[in-house]
Amino acid sequence: MNNAIITTDDFVTKQLSMKRRVLIVDDEEINRLMLKNTLDDDYTVLLAQDGREAFETVKNVKGRLSLILLDLHMPVMDGYEFYELLQKDADFAKIPVIVLTSEKEAEVKSLKMGVADFIPKPYDVPEVIHARIDRIIQLYEDKNIITSTQFDTLTGLFNREYFLEYSTIFDQYYPDYPKDVVAINFNRFHVINAVHGREFGDRILAAIGKAIKEYVDSSKGLACRYNADLFYLYLKSADHEETLYRMINDTLNSILGVSDTHVRIGILKNADSESDVRKRFDLALLACNSISRNYNLHIAYYDDKIREKEQFEEILIRDLDSALEEEQFRVYYQPKYSIQADKPILSSAEALIRWVHPKLGMISPGAFIPLFEKNGLIGKVDRFVWRKAAEQIAAWKQKYGIKIPVSVNVSRIDIMNEGLTDELKEIVAKAGISPKDYFLEVTESAYTDNQSDIFSIVEGLRKEGFTIEMDDFGTGYSSLNMLTSLPFDVLKLDMVFVRNIHTDARAKKLVEFILDIAKYLNVRIIAEGVECKEQYEILKEMGCDVIQGYYFSKPVDSNDFERFIEEGLNSEVKQ
Amino acid sequence: MTIQQLKELGADTDQGLARCGNNEDFYLRLVDMALKPDTFNELKNKVEENKLAEAFEAAHALKGVLSNLSLTPIYEPVYEITELLRTRQETDYSKLIDKMMEERNKFADL
Repeated sequence: MNNAIITTDDFVTKQLSMKRRVLIVDDEEINRLMLKNTLDDDYTVLLAQDGREAFETVKNVKGRLSLILLDLHMPVMDGYEFYELLQKDADFAKIPVIVLTSEKEAEVKSLKMGVADFIPKPYDVPEVIHARIDRIIQLYEDKNIITSTQFDTLTGLFNREYFLEYSTIFDQYYPDYPKDVVAINFNRFHVINAVHGREFGDRILAAIGKAIKEYVDSSKGLACRYNADLFYLYLKSADHEETLYRMINDTLNSILGVSDTHVRIGILKNADSESDVRKRFDLALLACNSISRNYNLHIAYYDDKIREKEQFEEILIRDLDSALEEEQFRVYYQPKYSIQADKPILSSAEALIRWVHPKLGMISPGAFIPLFEKNGLIGKVDRFVWRKAAEQIAAWKQKYGIKIPVSVNVSRIDIMNEGLTDELKEIVAKAGISPKDYFLEVTESAYTDNQSDIFSIVEGLRKEGFTIEMDDFGTGYSSLNMLTSLPFDVLKLDMVFVRNIHTDARAKKLVEFILDIAKYLNVRIIAEGVECKEQYEILKEMGCDVIQGYYFSKPVDSNDFERFIEEGLNSEVKQ
Repeated sequence: MTIQQLKELGADTDQGLARCGNNEDFYLRLVDMALKPDTFNELKNKVEENKLAEAFEAAHALKGVLSNLSLTPIYEPVYEITELLRTRQETDYSKLIDKMMEERNKFADL
């Protein structure tokens, strides 16, 4: 009976030999049986004798019906009432309804209500009824397929393929008209899903999608949800950004209340219609992401600054491998001093990376470390430092006969690497040094981001003899309760805590408190970023074990560092 | 009861049968169900009690079934009754009701 249009449902009916379901709703048994007899061979026919029973049936099969044949005059709940009830549910409203009627007025009334068709009583010959039913089912299935592939089901906006397609058409129709490309994204949207559940997050996305749709409809533009919480808009140039920001912010706040989830809007103004449409959206997204760490800015424009930054980063990524090969990277060492004796004693060093680029000169670690952390390339840099630092420990031991432990950075991505422990063991073994003299710095936020794995990995490293320093303590949101169970030997207090201890009584109190915790946990404390004598003296008085910072020295290359070793040796000799 | 007998009483059995996919047994079973006295009595009672709205519902339902089965001689008076009841006409229905019952009984006696 079905002809050739291929639908997803055909896949189901043919591949799985399932019949489409049709529900017949009529209070007269004879009418029901007659229609059932007509349809039985090709459809699975369900029967109901009034609106209420029919609605129960619809719910039971979760709306999975290809068609409803509906009588209008019925006791308990008539056809009109049932139809209205059906329309209130988004999924049920998609089921086509054919009204069974013998009256002209009813035909008109029901068609106006939106029913798909009507079948007059007395019934036509079965062939006619059959053909009519088949046609309506096919029409609706095709319609739903078109809607379901063109639109994002959650927001009703275009999906990405159609959006890009229509953007191109937009360019063709308005080639000379200035257009803006807008990227809308959110800070910490994943927190909403995590805290309130995905359904709640979806509700917010749907509401935002609706607001965006209203905006683009009224300003003759188009929009899509590109993925997750990223939306793209393509509009004729105008002052869109402030209005959009207010609108989306209001929508977000009206559902969520006060929260730390913020909207970010990135704009490419007067986009050039010639370039690849995807590229234009990438640029708007770049602008949008340029303020992802700045909670005071909500709107960013793609401009020369971003363009330059983007190009600069591209160069860094491109040059990384050759830089490693040509040893453009240098490892610098910053001394750490034990301060509880009369005189500070050199206790160890932290290895830090520097990049001396042949064309760009000295590149600040602040420029490339966050970039490489983001794209995972930091692992390559870390490995370079690990090897160099191990060799250096061995070299100093050889030269001075003493062990100067060096700490190296272990990035988040390294911890994900299954072979980490073996790799580190191999490095120290090859250099001929003991893991005891090789310290590993793991940033606090790596612990809090993915607890379960990191616990066992870090614990494993400690068992192998490595000393673990928890870096950037105080920036990673460990709870006090977590601290007691985290595996580490040394706590590195972030420089933000040290900065004001000599001028601010509360800052001092806080550090005292952290030192107490460290004592309780039986771990040593290293204070970072110590810059002046006052800070040094306060920390010494408080009982801090080790300090690191410009007060003693900035990071220096290995040759310069030897001065500290020699000084230490000399003072030992004097004593 | 046979198709031939129904035809002789004036039923348009060709049409009725066609709606049943020309399945004679099925058609005769439905005719048998349609002739049950309950619905006819219901209509008769409601009219006599002057409950015209309820009478209309009953007549309307009956009309639909009779037309689908093409039991034309019974259908005709029921059709007239339905149209009068649709506008709640306060008129003497007894002749039409009697006619309906008389025709129904002829078929039911087969």
